[in-house]
Amino acid sequence: MSITLTVNGRASTLDIEPDTPLLWALRDTMGLTGTKFGCGISACGACTVLVNDRAVRSCMFPISQADGATVTTIEGLANAGTLNAVQQAWNDQQVPQCGYCQSGMIVAVTALLKERPHPTDEDIDASITNICRCGTFVRVRRAIHAIAQG
Amino acid sequence: MRKWTRRAFIGVGTLAGGGLLLGVAGVAFSPSRHSVVPDDASKTGQLTTWLLITPDNIVTVIVPHCEMGQGAQTALAMMAAEEMDADWNLVRVKEAPALDDYANAYIARAFGGSVPPWLGRAFDYGTYRVARWYGTQATGGSTAVRGTGQYGMAVAGAAAKQMLIAAAAARLGVNASECTTAASRVVHAASGKSATFGELAGAAAALPVPSTPVLKNPDTYTIRRTARQRFDIRSKVDGSAVYGIDFTTPGMLYAAVEMAPVYGGKLVSVDPAPAESMPGVKRVVKMDDAVAVVADSFWRAHKAVGALKPQFDDAGHGDVSTASIFAAFDKALGEPPETPKDAATVVTADYRVPFLAHATMEPMVCTARVQGDRAEVWAGVQDPLNARAAAARALEIDVEQVTLTNLPLGGGFGRRLPNTYDYIELGARIAKAMSPTPVKLIWSRENDTQHDYYRPAGMARFAGALDKAGTPLSARCHYAGGGDRESVFMPYAIADKTTASRDAAHPVRTGAWRSVLNSQHGFFKESFIDELAHAAGKDPFLFRRDLMTEEPRFRAVLEKVAAIAEWSSPLPPGEGRGIAITESFGSIVGEVAHVAVSPEGTLRVKNVHAVVDCGDVVNTDTAKAQVEGGIIFGLSAAMLSEITIAEGRVVEKNFRDYRMIHVADAPDVHVEFIRSGARLGGLGEPAVPPIAPAVTNAIFAATGVRVRELPIKNHKLVNRT
Repeated sequence: MSITLTVNGRASTLDIEPDTPLLWALRDTMGLTGTKFGCGISACGACTVLVNDRAVRSCMFPISQADGATVTTIEGLANAGTLNAVQQAWNDQQVPQCGYCQSGMIVAVTALLKERPHPTDEDIDASITNICRCGTFVRVRRAIHAIAQG
Repeated sequence: MRKWTRRAFIGVGTLAGGGLLLGVAGVAFSPSRHSVVPDDASKTGQLTTWLLITPDNIVTVIVPHCEMGQGAQTALAMMAAEEMDADWNLVRVKEAPALDDYANAYIARAFGGSVPPWLGRAFDYGTYRVARWYGTQATGGSTAVRGTGQYGMAVAGAAAKQMLIAAAAARLGVNASECTTAASRVVHAASGKSATFGELAGAAAALPVPSTPVLKNPDTYTIRRTARQRFDIRSKVDGSAVYGIDFTTPGMLYAAVEMAPVYGGKLVSVDPAPAESMPGVKRVVKMDDAVAVVADSFWRAHKAVGALKPQFDDAGHGDVSTASIFAAFDKALGEPPETPKDAATVVTADYRVPFLAHATMEPMVCTARVQGDRAEVWAGVQDPLNARAAAARALEIDVEQVTLTNLPLGGGFGRRLPNTYDYIELGARIAKAMSPTPVKLIWSRENDTQHDYYRPAGMARFAGALDKAGTPLSARCHYAGGGDRESVFMPYAIADKTTASRDAAHPVRTGAWRSVLNSQHGFFKESFIDELAHAAGKDPFLFRRDLMTEEPRFRAVLEKVAAIAEWSSPLPPGEGRGIAITESFGSIVGEVAHVAVSPEGTLRVKNVHAVVDCGDVVNTDTAKAQVEGGIIFGLSAAMLSEITIAEGRVVEKNFRDYRMIHVADAPDVHVEFIRSGARLGGLGEPAVPPIAPAVTNAIFAATGVRVRELPIKNHKLVNRT
């Protein structure tokens, strides 16, 4: 099946089985490995990307549903080498440890802040359900509030 | 500790173009006078080094430890840079490669064939080779800073500084004793002359190596004891970091696998046809204990392996279950330990902890290419040399014929340590079947959850006695599931603290899990001392403190954590504080958890205060991060995680049933350090053990419910106060 989508500002056409998860199309077909595989069942959020500006767990998102969509991955958040606000806060607060979950975490937080620039703790609890095994949650919350406070 | 500063153990060489390279061997742990410096070091430039100073005035620190987010590489660079007075902006870090043929031989010669026990896991007895310098390449046991850093990096930096000063004195025509160093320059203040390290490196390399480099007075530190950004963070926020799972090489295929669900089981039969007809599938590879599908994309391989119906045997373990394992523990533990006849009060209690998975966010991955009798492997592991040896064994080729490139790890926690390289062996065997095509094996989360080397389940049976005044006379323990002297140690002045291992074997595969045996025994012993305190009618903090008469460091940590947590301040009904303290990997950690239990029995850990005495702190920010992370990691285990066994196999499959906490469950964590000046302790693990008992002790304070079996989710918490 032929799928056309725009990833990080570049249009691509893929010939691919329609049930292929967006995650594996990004990683294996398009070589964008910043988006990570964690669980394959939408439980951990390591694979979170933006599809038409909404946070999506790409490991269970069939590529057929991305036809015509605009996709942004971790590689597409920075603008000409300038980190976006979430990436910058993650750097300033030294949030990542092993870092494997952080691509998805950063994308999920980017989506949250687009919708709610000043999220409450309850907003954060409800929308950021990504798993981090190293245990960076303390800094994740701190960094989100730091961004919201500008 | 003996002085490590003997000429024979600091090696120096010249780099083409006028650089200096300098290495230090592990003399701290095993003094000897044999040389480890190869005669041709200057020509080959491959002597394993700690430090490299190049004419562009860049100091490159070569670190024999992997980076899995613990910040060891940055901290080690800080330790070297501090002693040299390097400009931190001109310091780089590089992970040592897993191949260094002749350095291995030299270090083996240096030790004269007598290998100290701490080197054991890096020493390949079969081929009589040691992993590089003493630092080996294992990263585990919270050893990087306190071993490699303290006895390698700092010494190398100090030696380099002394040589650079000597070179500067000759070049500038001044007296060395009048020279100082700052910001990667040697300065002669009186004459106003100076030279950069880069300018001096070539000449310094030709000078004699100092036999007794002098370390700085810690009071003059400008890099250590500060917060420095980690070298690896930037690549982890922009998505550019290449983990094992991200590695690609031209022509590479992908493998997905299904393994015998019962450990030790063998593949009985599989019909490859359903997979072979699927798109992109190249081959179905049958192995002793697994079947793999190799395809041109991971998704195709994964789907195709799911179409197979392999039959495995159960290795005779089909009747093993969590219940049968704990029944065997219970039987082995026998009667409760004896208590003194004159006891006024006797307290007995059993505690149980489950198997746990490491659940690294990056599942196990191995890419390999086998060509004839040679192989290349790419993976993220905690010990590249042992992983290389595992690949060589699986391929039945000489270890020298294997190269291994180590990549950043998406979590380790012990899962990627030596003797847990089943995925490396599997990856190598699949690549051999596909030779010479490179193959990347990626485990599914289900593979990963069901084929771990689990944190051992354990059980402890305590009996303690109090006299009429509530003073403990004994606290004895029988335990099953593993233990050692460190993990069972209690810092309390109790006359009889006898412990006895009464293990009962089972076939579940086990391994080291962040904080190792301390994760079980921390819960056991700090729960029991709490029960004794309540039985004595005493405050759990004061009861502990008053028993720390022989342990002033413990007492200082305990008092400080109680103070910052405002231990004695009143709380509303349904809330409580719990305290716990353990020592592991050379660091003492005290934690106070503040919990709230709702009328419906829902637990919320509101905040945790932690105080750590790890001697001194190198990078203040990453030190804090490790304690925060350890607490969150331990909290998942305390509250939610368990691996259970039924019919010999692991029941849990993925993150929906192997559960971990989320940001919503994470407490606020406050961390403070005590710089006691004691020997440096580790930080990657020691914050884990106290959190479970701190929380369960707090639950008792809040509700009167004593949780003696983890995880807490299996208990109905009702308010009995």
